[in-house]
Amino acid sequence: MPALASTTVFVTEGMIEAWLRLSATRLRERSRELTELDQAIGDGDHGINVDRGFTAVAAMLDGRSADPAAPAPDVAGTLKQTAQTLIRTVGGASGPLYGTFFLKASASLAGSPQPTLGDLIAALDAGAAGVATIGGGQPGDKTMLDALTPALSAARERLTSGAVDQVLAVAADAAEAGAAATIPMQARKGRASYLGERSIGHQDPGATSSAILLRALADSFQG
Amino acid sequence: MVSLVLVSHSRSLAEGLRDMVAQVAGDSVPIAIAGGTEDGRLGTSAPAILDAIRSVDRPEGVLVLLDLGSAALSLEMALEELTSGERERVVVSEAPLVEGAVLAGVQASLDADIATVAEAAASAASMTKLPR
Repeated sequence: MPALASTTVFVTEGMIEAWLRLSATRLRERSRELTELDQAIGDGDHGINVDRGFTAVAAMLDGRSADPAAPAPDVAGTLKQTAQTLIRTVGGASGPLYGTFFLKASASLAGSPQPTLGDLIAALDAGAAGVATIGGGQPGDKTMLDALTPALSAARERLTSGAVDQVLAVAADAAEAGAAATIPMQARKGRASYLGERSIGHQDPGATSSAILLRALADSFQG
Repeated sequence: MVSLVLVSHSRSLAEGLRDMVAQVAGDSVPIAIAGGTEDGRLGTSAPAILDAIRSVDRPEGVLVLLDLGSAALSLEMALEELTSGERERVVVSEAPLVEGAVLAGVQASLDADIATVAEAAASAASMTKLPR
């Protein structure tokens, strides 16, 4: 079967919800691992924080769907509510960072009632740009961006070549490779940067949770 | 009078520091705190910081002092929510939290302008502690 043009793949609100719920499950399963990574180079709360935040997001989705008076959500609205929930509940640096990620992604999709896969990738790109702005980081600093940036550039490349299948899987692969590539890096942002050279040799917890989110995105859209 | 906002990961730290500042600056200096998360854990919260800033917003200006890590990120988010008029009145200090807040509080209590208060806080970074 010939590859479909990227613009024909639409992203529904239900797909976004499935992604967020799968993310909550995966982050909970790997909460201990994330916390151990953060104990090595940070303040040891990353797993607990992202678990708490995404558990609150899942609860927000549940509460919304149980409310018959709630208006039918769209993709941008759901991403915005996700951002607000994370900002309110997380407490650590991942709150404002992931909050900004989802907030900027939401803003990028405002006015797109029927976003395409390409629109979603562009929105996540806007999200990553927001993370870079608020955190003042760039790829190579041993942060979330070391997973997000290669993932989104791999996704864009695949979209441009016209092959929409596996766009998200390719992104997730690149995110995981990017997270693994943070091991030899010296942290230049966040609590880990206080450690200087001692941060070398550990995988960055933020890049790891970002890779978990992107793998959940690929898996939820496929299934 | 210039007001102060104290941002810390710890509610206890923020409350204790507010007491220390009030001790030297008196009760006239408006001080708001944003310490810990909404549910009482260690951490920072952008909505709490936003509320704190707005609660002591004064024409003379608001000096925000913060501790480490995510405090800066949460503050950044809170500042984005301010109107441009509100934002113009807010100055963020690079000062170490405890010493900076005390020095700023003293200047504010003397009715100094925001630039002087901010400068006093900034001078805390080079303050010596032990007698030489």
